[in-house]
Amino acid sequence: MRLTRTLQVAASAAALLLAATACGSSGNGGSSSTGLNPPDLKARSKLGKSEGQVNLIAWAGYVENGSNDPKVDWVTPFEKQTGCKVNSKVAASSDEMVKLMKTGEYDAVSASGDASLRLIASGDAAPVNTKLVPNYKDIFSGLKNGSWNSVKGRMYGIPHGRGANLLMYNTQKVTPAPTSWSAVFDDASTYKGHVTAYDSPIYIADAALYLKATKPELKIKDPYALDQKQFDAAVALLKKQNANIGEYWSDYLKEISAFKSGDSVVGTTWQVIANLTAQEGVKVKAFVPKEGSTGWSDTWMLYSKAKHPNCAYQWMNWIVSPKVNAQVAEYFGEAPANSKACELTSDKNFCTTYHAADESYWKNIAFWNTPIEQCLDGRTDVKCVPYAKWVQAWTEIKG
Amino acid sequence: MQLSRSARIALRVAAGLGFAVIYVPLLLVLVNSLNPDRSASWPPPRLTLHWWSVAWQNSGARAALWTSVKAGLGATAIALVLGTLIAFAVARHRFFGRGAISFVVVLPIALPGIVTGIALNSAFGTVLEPLGVGLGLFTVIVGHATFCIVVVFNNVVARLRRTSGSYEEAAMDLGADTFRAFVDVTFPLVRSALLAGGLLAFALSFDEIVVTTFTAGPGIETLPIWIFNNMTRPQQAPVVNVVAAVLVLLSAVPIYVAQRLSADTASGSRV
Amino acid sequence: MALLTRTAGALHRRPRLRLALLLTAPLLWLAVLYLGSLAVLFVSAFWTTDSFTSEVVKVWSTDNFHELFTTPVYRQVIVRSVGVALAVTALCVVIAFPVAFYTARVARAKWRPLLVVAILTPLWASYLVKVYAWRLILSEGGLADWMLKPFGLSGPGFGLPAAVLTLTYLWLPYMILPIHTALEQLPANLLDASADLGARTWRTFRSVVLPMVLPSVAAGSIFTFSLSLGDYITVQIVGGKTQLIGNLVYSNIELNLPMAAALGTVPVVVIVLYLLAMRRTGALSSL
Repeated sequence: MRLTRTLQVAASAAALLLAATACGSSGNGGSSSTGLNPPDLKARSKLGKSEGQVNLIAWAGYVENGSNDPKVDWVTPFEKQTGCKVNSKVAASSDEMVKLMKTGEYDAVSASGDASLRLIASGDAAPVNTKLVPNYKDIFSGLKNGSWNSVKGRMYGIPHGRGANLLMYNTQKVTPAPTSWSAVFDDASTYKGHVTAYDSPIYIADAALYLKATKPELKIKDPYALDQKQFDAAVALLKKQNANIGEYWSDYLKEISAFKSGDSVVGTTWQVIANLTAQEGVKVKAFVPKEGSTGWSDTWMLYSKAKHPNCAYQWMNWIVSPKVNAQVAEYFGEAPANSKACELTSDKNFCTTYHAADESYWKNIAFWNTPIEQCLDGRTDVKCVPYAKWVQAWTEIKG
Repeated sequence: MQLSRSARIALRVAAGLGFAVIYVPLLLVLVNSLNPDRSASWPPPRLTLHWWSVAWQNSGARAALWTSVKAGLGATAIALVLGTLIAFAVARHRFFGRGAISFVVVLPIALPGIVTGIALNSAFGTVLEPLGVGLGLFTVIVGHATFCIVVVFNNVVARLRRTSGSYEEAAMDLGADTFRAFVDVTFPLVRSALLAGGLLAFALSFDEIVVTTFTAGPGIETLPIWIFNNMTRPQQAPVVNVVAAVLVLLSAVPIYVAQRLSADTASGSRV
Repeated sequence: MALLTRTAGALHRRPRLRLALLLTAPLLWLAVLYLGSLAVLFVSAFWTTDSFTSEVVKVWSTDNFHELFTTPVYRQVIVRSVGVALAVTALCVVIAFPVAFYTARVARAKWRPLLVVAILTPLWASYLVKVYAWRLILSEGGLADWMLKPFGLSGPGFGLPAAVLTLTYLWLPYMILPIHTALEQLPANLLDASADLGARTWRTFRSVVLPMVLPSVAAGSIFTFSLSLGDYITVQIVGGKTQLIGNLVYSNIELNLPMAAALGTVPVVVIVLYLLAMRRTGALSSL
């Protein structure tokens, strides 16, 4: 009968679709959580003609084309000079960046340390031929060949800059001025319902960092290397904090609007958010509390199957060129990667304030890293909690 | 029905409150579009048309509007065709699985948008990627058409149920063949239902955000996506308010038209 | 032309062929594209993800569902989401009924089309804009605080009540309209007969009006229930730190699509069950 025949056709087509997805290859490349065995990819040996377009994934404030502030624009000069039109997507977290890279639609990403290793291991990031990036030679040596952006001496990206996560507070509503992360942990109940925190599992490291200073008996050395006991303590602290949280932020604009309306008065932030919030007329201050802080070191990484690799290389060279690197570092509020950028910042003390050349300062900032079972602090007698469990715990913390 | 005076007054008050609650947030949007202060503080210091002129020149908003219109037209066209086909099948024939079909047709709109979105996204990725095709406007249209089918289906089925098949039979008795009967008799009877269904399908597609986020390619920005991206950006937020205010003010017209068209189904029901 | 006539004749003589032709395209679309992709998503719920690289491991495993059923937070979130959906539906019915009753039976006939337009117009205002308007209303020092200050109260702020309130507001037209239609079509003679038999207003309402309007209430509830159950955007904007099932799905899409798929099957199952239950009341034919 015709009708059942139609149904049969439909059913077999659906079955074909199912089969196509069921039989597929899983990801290539080593992906054990105990060691890093990136697939053997080759870096390009020379640049070709520009493809006319480049698709970027970036943190907010890294790829500015004047649409947020007409005076803040380093994309248009790039487009004019290279003929590569820039399409950029602002990602709110490292997890989002990893996911977006997997879609295959983007050419480069400004990855932090907690994303870069995952991208390298899965083969999404290809090694970069630093000879094709003339400005690479001027980059601070402390950023080159780091454990987060290189494997066995091969660079997997071009360093962009580094910075710390800060504690921001509304100077009119939060008195006395806080000096410690206790403002959002142990003393958070003072501002119950108006505390905010970064909405990402990596924030557990911030709790661990706080416990490192306040509960030395836990013996936390590296906030990304937590054994089960240390991890449970951090999670317990965050569950306590949850009762005082008004909302978590992942979209930087949401944090700005929350501080503007007064729904949030204290919480974690980035310098660029503090700057923009102050521009909106809110009296805020942002600083690194006495316990130190977590931070990030960002690297521009190239997608291994990028559709526009030549434009991507040109972008990477552009963004770390002295003038542009100075512009983006000042706009965002981070230490630039290019040593020559320090002479070109509009604030002559900028590099000193942001410790651009002070490698000893960065030893106290716990850069975002990916927690794996093999403890990152070198301990071999215990197993550390891997990132997948961090993600699960984060859902439980939010309740 | 006999209602006591107090009941009538209570109902009037309740309805008045209801309408007030419905319109207060929209009026807030309108007032904010006239608020010179970008941060939309309350109450606004004074009123200005400055943002309206800025919005008029905003090319991003205009491009997004045009993309939304294209997506809406495409989705509506497909939904009209498919919805009418199913409606005729269900209303004019009896067959095994008729009830199941009505059920399946509702699913795209009843199931959570996020589930539909990731399902379609994965399907497109699996099927289209090997062909070298990425997500684009047509994947958006496909996604929208899927949940717009039910809107057209319901309108046409309701109309077909109201008009008996005897009109077509009479036409055939008078010598018309199947196609002639359809064109001359059936189509004029369901025309207004098609128009009403089409208008509502367009409205549904125009305002959709969730499925669109998952099916739109990187360069595709429909109006809801543009609003989502610009809502909170301090420089752009007032422009978004203006766009929203314009949408509300302009939309009264097609709704009124749809209302009149489906007057005998007694409501321009959204579905 | 003769070919056309012959085809028409052939079609007329073969109703089954007509039916098949009518159904092929839509069924292909719905069954293959839509149901097919849903089925694939469901299958992917039985896969896992490599925790480090976030690559999907296509090996059959029921880990995700095991985790779903044993972790307390997931149970909490599911219960909370269903609760929110039911609360929103209940609130919508309570608010929609008086409004619909007024527009359908109390208001003068010439105002009715305009009133219906008034009910429908907010649907055209972008969903996002309406939610953000509520964010402004509910924020610290916003309209809600401003209006409640003289009474010494403050607005609910962001959180679960705010999310329920906003969702109720968003889906109200979907509930008002079917009830309005049903009330409008209520045969006046039934009400008169009820009055003749001695029933007063409330009894007539309970015994005559309500049963006849129930399918439309059920139809409206399909929208309010399903749209609230899967919503995540409203919760993100006005819900503060609340998590509903849609948010869990959304947050897992990035790294763990199989888990997101497993989480997503929960609202799908709930809604399908709800639809089947509502089908018995005849709601589907009065959508």
